[in-house]
Amino acid sequence: MSNCYINGIASISAQPTTDPDTFLDEVIHHKESIFRSHDPNYKEFIKPAAMRRMSKSVKMGVTTATMALNNSGIEMPDAIITGTGMGCKQDSEKFLENILHNDEQFLTPTLFIQSTHNTVGGQVALGLGCKAYNVTYVQGAASFEVSIKDAQLMLSESPEKNILVGGIDEVAKNSTLLHKLDGQIKEDDIDVIKLLDSKTSGTVTSEGAIFMVLGAEKTDKTLAKIIDVETRSSATPNEIKTDIEKFVARQGLSIQDIDAVILGNNGDVEHDHYYKSLQSSIFSNTEQLCYKHLTGDYPVASSFGFWLGTRIFDTNKVPSVLKVNDISAKGYNTILLYNQYLGKNHSIALLQRC
Amino acid sequence: MAELQEELKEKIIEQLSLEDVEVSEIGNDDPLFGDGLGLDSIDALELIVLLEKDYGIKLKDPKEGKAIFESINVMADYISKNRTK
Amino acid sequence: MSKGIAITGMGIISSIGNTVEENFNALKSVSHGISRIEMLETRHKDEIMVGEIKKSNQDLIEQLGLEPSHCFSRTAMIGAIAAKEALQNADVSDVNDYRTGFISGTSVGGMDTTERHYLGYPETPKYRRFIEAQHAGFTTQSISDYLGINGYVSTISTACSSAANAIMLGARMIRAGQLDRVIVGGTDALSKFTINGFGTLMILSDEECTPFDDNRKGLNLGEAAAYLVLESDEVVEKSSKKILGRVTGWANANDAYHQTASSSNGEGAYLAMKEALKVANISAEDIDYVNAHGTATPNNDLSEGVAMTRIFGEDNMPVFSSTKAFTGHTLAAAGSVEAVYSLLSLRDDLIFPNLNFKTQMKEFSLVPQTELISKGMNTILSNSFGFGGNCSTLIFTK
Repeated sequence: MSNCYINGIASISAQPTTDPDTFLDEVIHHKESIFRSHDPNYKEFIKPAAMRRMSKSVKMGVTTATMALNNSGIEMPDAIITGTGMGCKQDSEKFLENILHNDEQFLTPTLFIQSTHNTVGGQVALGLGCKAYNVTYVQGAASFEVSIKDAQLMLSESPEKNILVGGIDEVAKNSTLLHKLDGQIKEDDIDVIKLLDSKTSGTVTSEGAIFMVLGAEKTDKTLAKIIDVETRSSATPNEIKTDIEKFVARQGLSIQDIDAVILGNNGDVEHDHYYKSLQSSIFSNTEQLCYKHLTGDYPVASSFGFWLGTRIFDTNKVPSVLKVNDISAKGYNTILLYNQYLGKNHSIALLQRC
Repeated sequence: MAELQEELKEKIIEQLSLEDVEVSEIGNDDPLFGDGLGLDSIDALELIVLLEKDYGIKLKDPKEGKAIFESINVMADYISKNRTK
Repeated sequence: MSKGIAITGMGIISSIGNTVEENFNALKSVSHGISRIEMLETRHKDEIMVGEIKKSNQDLIEQLGLEPSHCFSRTAMIGAIAAKEALQNADVSDVNDYRTGFISGTSVGGMDTTERHYLGYPETPKYRRFIEAQHAGFTTQSISDYLGINGYVSTISTACSSAANAIMLGARMIRAGQLDRVIVGGTDALSKFTINGFGTLMILSDEECTPFDDNRKGLNLGEAAAYLVLESDEVVEKSSKKILGRVTGWANANDAYHQTASSSNGEGAYLAMKEALKVANISAEDIDYVNAHGTATPNNDLSEGVAMTRIFGEDNMPVFSSTKAFTGHTLAAAGSVEAVYSLLSLRDDLIFPNLNFKTQMKEFSLVPQTELISKGMNTILSNSFGFGGNCSTLIFTK
């Protein structure tokens, strides 16, 4: 397996995360169970003619892709791989509602064209004129990680490549609300910053995009090394514990070598035990960090963990708002990420400082 | 006719999300596609739906749209001759 | 030539048959599956022709033996049927005896259940289990849970090239030693969403589609699911299995021209075919037959035809046909449906015809194979293209 370096990264989330000079210095306290991203001025990144048909996820995706490429110094990637759990929900929802409310009449093509899951990947390619490999993964909470796995495989096949990998998900007015009906989202609005202390089932949701430029060569822009990523469709908490131990051992490391662990706790009392059983066992002596009380949970929310990792390596500090136990590492060289959603689509990843 | 022309300009701006375009900027003889307003093949399909929904004119072949959507003048003329509502 | 990855099983359900052998018999007897819509409630029933699987959702539920509380969409059900056949065909009794993955392509996912229940969700709690079933990843998970696969599972959604990309990824993962066995393919059921969506693009034909014909009017939508089982040479050797063929070449390129339309010089398709030949380490002359994407839209067939002439030369075109006039365009499943047909072509040395072709296109002299013929073949190239400029090519070898 060849090396896999993060040589550029950009994030749009429900927090101000687009300014490279700050690191969660100020956080927004969201008060609703469904909240929107904190947006940059998209007009700085996208021409008006191109923007007129773009839904939120396309705007977020194209913008973070541009920013990540800029900060890696790469102009034209050799592959574009995107992950999304629910795709272009806003346009899918509008097209569906038009079908249902107008008895399948007077429908227009733009919404349909924009509704496919690979819209963001296609639009990024179109904007760059990039004719290379282009794939979109849609695997729930593991959508971002299976995208990285493909990139990692590609780097082992062709180490000279620079690969643009992104994760995007957006909130849509009505279909996101449906997740209140099926219990995925908490019924009542809450003070999101206190999400991790929640005593109820379900979580809170938002939207965001993260793009990274991955390469097998370390450059002067390198932010971190992705040692490995693993996904698993379903597992019990005990199986996950064993998986993590094996995963770490395979890299020639032990749990003691992990300086901090970034976990996907989302305040859902039905499923947070996947994290809690790790927090109270193998990671009881490790610095533990969480972020979904800032970003909300959505299928590619776990990509935020990768962004956090690169920012922690860069600044060598951890904003206290992320910390959920009293242990502080002496320094940050090795960070492990673990995430799951409703007991499905588990992902484990290991990042290392370069 | 002038009224229909203004109405079409407003509808085109709205239907095609031309947020930065004002009604006054679209000349009655300006080409809608290519060099003029810069519309493309997807917009043409959107305009076909507009014809059907608002004026009761149903085009079967998307190619017919090309001539009809040449300019606001041509479009207004076609609509006034063929409209069923 | 590269040795490629062994294919040890296949399964399919489409409008021309519920199993591999039923599909084969329909192809061999030149009996297509294009009809009016019977299973799906839509206002456009009498306006368009489709390739519909003539089984109701209740038939599918019974065939799979699902519990009443199940949340399988039609897409997931046909997927489970085809994937199960593929595993049986590969003689796999225990999916977890080796590191087994599942990679499925879908574009609509569970949209068929969403459009049935969407307006009823607020008032009808019993439907709400289908809310999550809309998502493509959930469709895949339903199938992988049904098969008992809980390791590497992923979904590819690159519109109409999804299954081809799933086959490609599976082959790469086996080659890299990441998996020992992987079930790859795709599934898409007919839905109002796609019928109306393609309708807005005005590319649906009201007659049986006519790929590569000068007077082609557009595509027939279809529904299908098809999967292949790929296994590493170590697994094949240990179990002394029969190999159906090998995936020897693959490539994915992007047209980067327009969000839905293909470029007039077929650049993405050209790049995909060129790169796939390179991966297979063969030249264009080695291709015995091309199973074209050939959707019968004015745009696709022209663009693909131009790309093929760029690869093969107008005077050296291998025999080619589009089998979409049999099945309709089965969207995300098309790549694996046509992979199964390519393997059947290799198995029986038969080329399945391009139905309904009458008039050569003005732009070039390409004429597809219009009759069923027998021909000794070693290598087949299969194309799948989709929205977003996605172009994928696979090469199968005996």
